[in-house]
Formats: sequence, C-alpha cells, structure tokens
Amino acid sequence: MTRLKPYLYVAPLVLLLGFVFGTSLVRMFEFSFKMIRGVDGPWIGWRNYRLVLNQPLFWESVGHNLQLLLAIPILIGLSLLTALLLYERLRGWTLWRAVLFLPYVLAIPIIAVVMKQMFQFNGPVNEVLRWLSLDFMALDWIGSPDIALWTVMGLIVWREAALGTILFLARLLSLDESLVEAARIEGANWWQRAWHILIPQMRGVIEFFSVICVITMLSAVFAYVYILGGGRGGPGTSTMVIELYIYNALTRQSLPGIAAAVSVMLFVVSLGLIYLLFVVRRRQDD
Amino acid sequence: MTNPRTLVADGFKQAALGAAALVALAPTVFMIVTALKPQSEYMVNKVGLPREPVLEHFRAVLGSPEFFRWMGNSALLVTGTVLLSTAVAALAAYAIARMEFRGRLTLLALCTALMAVPPVVMVVPLFVLYTQIGLISSYHGAILIYAALVTPFSVYLLTTFFRTIPAEMFEAAVLDGAGDFQILTRIVLPLALPALLTLVIVNALWVWNDLLIAVIFLQDDAKRTLMAGIAVFQGRYNNQIPLTMAGMAVASAPMIILYIIFQRQFVRGLMAGAVK
Repeated sequence: MTRLKPYLYVAPLVLLLGFVFGTSLVRMFEFSFKMIRGVDGPWIGWRNYRLVLNQPLFWESVGHNLQLLLAIPILIGLSLLTALLLYERLRGWTLWRAVLFLPYVLAIPIIAVVMKQMFQFNGPVNEVLRWLSLDFMALDWIGSPDIALWTVMGLIVWREAALGTILFLARLLSLDESLVEAARIEGANWWQRAWHILIPQMRGVIEFFSVICVITMLSAVFAYVYILGGGRGGPGTSTMVIELYIYNALTRQSLPGIAAAVSVMLFVVSLGLIYLLFVVRRRQDD
Repeated sequence: MTNPRTLVADGFKQAALGAAALVALAPTVFMIVTALKPQSEYMVNKVGLPREPVLEHFRAVLGSPEFFRWMGNSALLVTGTVLLSTAVAALAAYAIARMEFRGRLTLLALCTALMAVPPVVMVVPLFVLYTQIGLISSYHGAILIYAALVTPFSVYLLTTFFRTIPAEMFEAAVLDGAGDFQILTRIVLPLALPALLTLVIVNALWVWNDLLIAVIFLQDDAKRTLMAGIAVFQGRYNNQIPLTMAGMAVASAPMIILYIIFQRQFVRGLMAGAVK
C-alpha cells in the first residue's frame, strides 16, 4: 500500500496530461502524413508538407512572425529603461509601477478592440498627430496592408513591455546594493551606474526574457491578430501569422492534415526554443 | 543636501516615467471617456472629454443578457479549471516533493517541458479527438484542455514551494499520527496559501483572457466566452464606437478591480507565470 501511495497522488496528473497531451502529440505527427476528412483518412506520405511548403501564403505567414521578432530589441530596451528609472525609487515610484503594469493585466482582445478604434484613419491618434502638425505621421494604421503588421507589433510591444519592466525591476531589487552605493559615492552618474554596474548583473534575466519574447512572437500572437485583422489576418493577408494559418486550415477549410503539418513544424521549432529556455534558466540560477 | 543637478536629473526621470505611464494608461482612459460620449458627439469630438456625459451605452451593455451570459460562461470555465488544476497539482506536487518513487524527477521534468509548449500546437489533434468523442462545445471538454494547459506550471510552482517547508513540521505531524492526506490538507496547504493565491490568479487570468481555445472548442453561441463574445460584439457594432467602448469597459472591469485589490499577488503571479 505505502509503495503504491505516491502513484495514487500523481495518478490524476498523469491521467489529465495523458488525456490532453499524451495521444495528441503522437496523433499530430500521424495526421500530418494523412489526408484527413472528418476524423481520419488515408496515408499520403509527405504530401501535406509539400503542399504547405509550396504555398506562398504559408511563407508569408512565417515571414510575418519573423518580422515580429524585430520588435524584441525595442521591447527589451524600453523595458530596461523603465525598470532602471523605477529602480531609482523616486517619490511615488510604487504608483508608477502599478500604472505601468496595467497593460499586462488587460486582456489582449479587449485592448486590441480599443486600439483598433484609436488607430483608425480618422481616429483620435491621427487627430492628435494632425493637431501637432505631424500630418505625415497620420497613417492608415489598421487599413493599410503596408502598415498593419507594424501596428500589431506596436501593440505587442506596448503590452509585453509591461511584463519586461516588472521582471527586470524584480531582478534589480534583488541585487546587492553596496556596489551601486560605492559607485554613487565615487561620483558615477545614473547612466554610468546603469551601464557598468546594473545591466551586467542583469544578463540572466535579459536572456530569459528574450527567449520568452521569441516564443511569444512565433506562437502566441493569435489574439492580437484575430481582432486587429478582423479574424482573417487582414487587410488582405498582411497580418496573417502561423497560428492563424493553422486556425484557418483547421476550422475554415476543414483540412486537419494541413493544419497538423504546420503544427508539427511549429512544434519542432518550439522544442528548440524550450531547450534554449532551459539552458538560459539554468545559467540564471547559477 | 540635494544639489540642484540631482534635482534636475530627478525631474527628467519623473517626466520620463510620467510619459511612460501616460502611454500605458491612454487606451483605458480613451475607452472610459469614449463610452460616456453620445454617438453624435464622438463623430466630432474624438479626443476631448465628453461635454455632457451619458450613461446610455453602459445601460445598453449592462441591460443586454448576452454580455452577462458570456461573463457567466467565462466564470464557469475559470472556476472549473482552477478547482481541477489546483487539486490535481497539489496532490502531485506533494508526492513529488515529499515521497520517494520511481519516475518522480521524470514527471517534474515533463511538467517543466510542457509549460513551454505553445497551446496552438495542441489544437489540431485535440480538435479531431473532440469531434470524434463529441466534446466540441462542451464546458467539461474545454475545462479539461484549459486544466491540462495550466497544470504543468502549477505542479512546478507548488513543488518548489512545498520543498521549502521545513522537514521538522512533517516529522512532528507524523509523530502525532497524521497521514499524508491530512498533512497535505491541514499543514501543507495552509502554509502554501500565498503560493496558492498566486497560482489561482495566474490560472484564472489565463483562462479568462484566452481567445484561441475559446473560438475553436466553444463554437456554440450559447457557450461563447467573454473574449470570443467581444470579437463578435465589436464586429456587430462596428460604427457605434462609444457603445463598443462601453462593452470593453464592462468586460475589463472585473480584472481591473481585482488588480487594484490584489495588486501584490497579481504582480507576483504574472511574473511567475510569464513562462507560459
């Protein structure tokens, strides 16, 4: 009995994970080699993969996800800057911290609906820009195929920077302050203290956050794009991403085989990133 | 003591933080201010404060039964998921942290790995499986998926926390004749209350805010969640922006209120949950 007891305690976990992940991961690979109609279909080898890899829309979606990666340096720079400013602990800093974290509390679909209205061509943002005589900056943020993805990127930066700020600040607050104090007494200014003393000690958390950002940009932007792009990755296909490609193939075109092939490729890439996350976290713990 | 140069520098820093705070707050302010404007006023006054604030949009949203149905559906999924995943995770974490058995570390490593698997990857096989066994558009089907997606992280967090509880407490309890289940419910869980609260917040927020699983696995109109409802709502009232904003304000109110009350736990929880 006592030897069985531990297994009784973990049994619910094993059942739950087994039900959802267990067969699914295996079947995802299986489906990607089949032409599924409904719940099963004939084996067709690599045809799903060949079809997907020859489709321009797939590559366009991948390209969009990769383009989103460009936002990461900006995202990290902004988060670092705000975290370092908060770390000064000037009067009222806890209030600033509370406000700056708010973007991360709001649900993505809600914020996307609000931003979609703010950034309409005749919306409030452009009105303010025109009032400031910055007419050349009053672009068609949502409606123009050349700009829409950059607007999505801006929205992601706006929200994820809140998380970055709080993560970086938590790390800063856990640092030994004697070094910074010594530098301050030596007459080092804010910038010198930040650049030479604080940032080098934050390498671990910056690496960790970077990997999280890569995972987000490649596989967790569905909600932003679904709302801003009107459910179709619009205008045209300008905000189409891998997740939406899978979603469309699965629910709109009823081609689970195609969706599975894309999922397998995304899964393999994710595995690589998860491994990277482990490496980075282990290094941070040391 | 403070020399004028530090004073100027501090002024710049405060101004920079103020600007960042303004950007962070702008959408929320726009949402609330716009919701209070009559439709006709928004057409001519998009940025300023409402000249004569009206509550008609809030009344329309709060008076529509579907909004509350969506919220009720989301609340049901959140409750079900949180209860299921917390119970499953607490049992497993206790065994992993306190018992010796084969596969203990493998299980923990598996949980850590599953934490980072993007949900979208699981969608296709689960959709086919659910079509096969008739679980599409069922609450319990969706709760199982949500629970499986959030439980690995819960196990990881609780195991880490349970390991920090001093061994003497367990030895004393065993001497008093308490069994494992009693130790778990009477000693470990009460001690782990802060970690549990963090966990409840992360998991609840994750389920409440999810759109992907909701639009795929709960397609039935009657089962629609708040986030999926929002997508429908904004499409339907495309040109009635003040009304749309009132809807968004009502939809975000529960989380904003909880954030103001439980700020500390929110921040801690979301930081811990960032890995997912």
